[in-house]
Amino acid sequence: MTTLVLAHQGISPAERLKDAAAVSFVALLLGIPMIGLTTVDQGGALRIATRWPMLFAFVAACFAGRLLLRYGLDHWRLRKLAREQAVAAAGARSLATSPLLTWIGWGALGVSLVLPIVFSDNRYVVDTATTVLIYVMLGWGLNVVVGLAGLLDLGYVAFYAVGAYTYGVLATQLGWTFWQALPVAGLMAATFGVILGWPTLRLRGDYLAIVTLGFGEIIRVILVNWTELSGGPNGISSIPRPSFFGLPFKPPGDDPTFASFFGLEYSPNQRIIFLYYLILALALLTNLFVSRMRKLPIGRAWEAMREDEIACKAMGINARNVKLSAFAIGAMLGGFAGVFFAARQGFISPESFTFNESAIILAIVVLGGMGSQLGVVLASLVLVLLPELGRDFAEYRMLIFGAAMILIMVWKPGGILSHREPTLRYLGGGKQ
Amino acid sequence: MALALQQLINGLTLGAVYGLIAIGYTMVYGIIGMINFAHGDIYMVSAFIAVTAFTLLATFGISSIPLSLLLVLLVAVLFTSVYGWTVERIAYRPLRGSSRLAPLISAIGMSIFLQNMVQLTQGARVKPIAPVLVGGIDLLTIDGFTVRLAYSQILIVFVTVALMAGFTWLITRTSFGRQQRSCEQDRTMTALLGINVDRTISLTFMLGAALAAVAGVMVTVYYGVVDFYIGFVAGIKAFTAAVLGGIGSLPGAMLGGLLIGLIEAFWAAYLSAEYKDVATFSILILVLMFRPSGLLGRPEVEKV
Repeated sequence: MTTLVLAHQGISPAERLKDAAAVSFVALLLGIPMIGLTTVDQGGALRIATRWPMLFAFVAACFAGRLLLRYGLDHWRLRKLAREQAVAAAGARSLATSPLLTWIGWGALGVSLVLPIVFSDNRYVVDTATTVLIYVMLGWGLNVVVGLAGLLDLGYVAFYAVGAYTYGVLATQLGWTFWQALPVAGLMAATFGVILGWPTLRLRGDYLAIVTLGFGEIIRVILVNWTELSGGPNGISSIPRPSFFGLPFKPPGDDPTFASFFGLEYSPNQRIIFLYYLILALALLTNLFVSRMRKLPIGRAWEAMREDEIACKAMGINARNVKLSAFAIGAMLGGFAGVFFAARQGFISPESFTFNESAIILAIVVLGGMGSQLGVVLASLVLVLLPELGRDFAEYRMLIFGAAMILIMVWKPGGILSHREPTLRYLGGGKQ
Repeated sequence: MALALQQLINGLTLGAVYGLIAIGYTMVYGIIGMINFAHGDIYMVSAFIAVTAFTLLATFGISSIPLSLLLVLLVAVLFTSVYGWTVERIAYRPLRGSSRLAPLISAIGMSIFLQNMVQLTQGARVKPIAPVLVGGIDLLTIDGFTVRLAYSQILIVFVTVALMAGFTWLITRTSFGRQQRSCEQDRTMTALLGINVDRTISLTFMLGAALAAVAGVMVTVYYGVVDFYIGFVAGIKAFTAAVLGGIGSLPGAMLGGLLIGLIEAFWAAYLSAEYKDVATFSILILVLMFRPSGLLGRPEVEKV
């Protein structure tokens, strides 16, 4: 290892330049058909448009970037080596276990509790925070499947859709309320989780990923085409909003409303704030539930299964039940989030449940660090707030996230706040 | 009867395209044991390159159909192989030897990246090109329904058969083919025998991308429209084809592609056009449940 690093150190400036030139040549080849040339629709026929300055900038950026990257990487490798030796001497201690993160977690909780009080008349802030929390909850739900159990689920949005549509149909056709439909929708999503999990139990990771992807698409295609139940592409509209223990958020009328019961003046913001606290409560319950589950034998079995399935089977762990329970619980949490989504929007259509949505949720889990609860919160914040910063960011959001997924995997496969240490540790020593 | 014959022709054409893409999946899976999720998007990139190249040729006034087809194929294969190489170099090579989940996630990241890159640089709207190859042969007419074999369909089947022949020769007879198969069996041993494993894997990705490029050009000629989303569905279907035929097996990929194309065409004609994608995915799930090694594949033995 040492010799390798030293060899990298020995690269002369001329060699670095040659390397960067090779990279920019590849960048040129990549850029010509995509950046340099494009076609524009002009009067029904396509016409070529050129963007040579942009191509030149791209190639130049690749050249400079490569030079800097190589230079930085070589130095970083050397430093990392020195640090690893120091860490090995001082005993392993990672960021994920440091008390600082616990404090950040409590701080985030405090901020989230007072946020709607501080911004009580700013609907935009509370609305955006609600969106963040929906993604946090989805991320925590998917974390059970991907982060803890190590099963790559690319169709998670299907369970989100099942939850949303269960509530939508029950509420609009049978007149169920939010609180009645919530457990039913969760059960429904869990059932779908088992239905998906059952045939895929024997599959290895990559097959499983494709099957879940196909499953998500099947659900979406059914929703688009089963017009009698789901309203087809038009979706379901005028879904009732949740009430505060039976007290609706409406302008004062004959029946008691939230405002009249508590003697408050009616304001439409009350519902927004109520929805915010509702999703906050759901998300916190999810977090509590998942972190408790992790301490139970079943949670430990999930993590063990992720690390080595064959060893688990040899130890007498029932692989089928462990995987199915991870699928079912992850799906149930997704279903709850779906119910909330339907209740908040009042309108759902298959457009909200495309593969892109699954990819976003997966990106949150991956970027946050698989298995890390706080990482999911940070990733959701970045993901939701990035497009709010401006139209340009909104356009580049998925591009950036795609690139970030690759970079994180290459650089730190555990995610930014990785917490993949075993819950139990043999005290006799570190790696030997 | 006439409808069945027409769907047979359409299904075989579609199947040939799926087969070409499926070979890319199956080869990469064979050599490094991972699903190249970005492969469908490589195919999409090549379709866009084809659109640009056709438009460029029209601007230069080259109207000879064989010449322009040949030029577009060359250009698309060249540039798309560079894309295939780069994808492997950036997203997969650094992760070789890490956990199974890591390259899979970076592959999904690459797929998202490519899709959005094309959407940003080439536009989100559907791109229609001027018809390249029009006309066809009317085979027979039964009860007023004419069975028609379009020239573009003949082209697709002809090119696919030629490529398959060339490819089989490349894999079974040449020195590169032997290196490639040897890497599939045991990478460490291959490296010990003095074969550049990294280079072989890179070449495999480029070959897969080149075949996807041909498929992309063919589809552009056949349908006349492309958009940045075509890679996703085509990717899943081609992957299903690879699994159905037995992942890792080249004739299997082609057989699976043809079967998927036929199933899709007949399902759309006789059962329901809306649910044709559901049919493909259901087949995938059924195959994986009951015969995970596919029709022509060898069962995989997991070693500790």
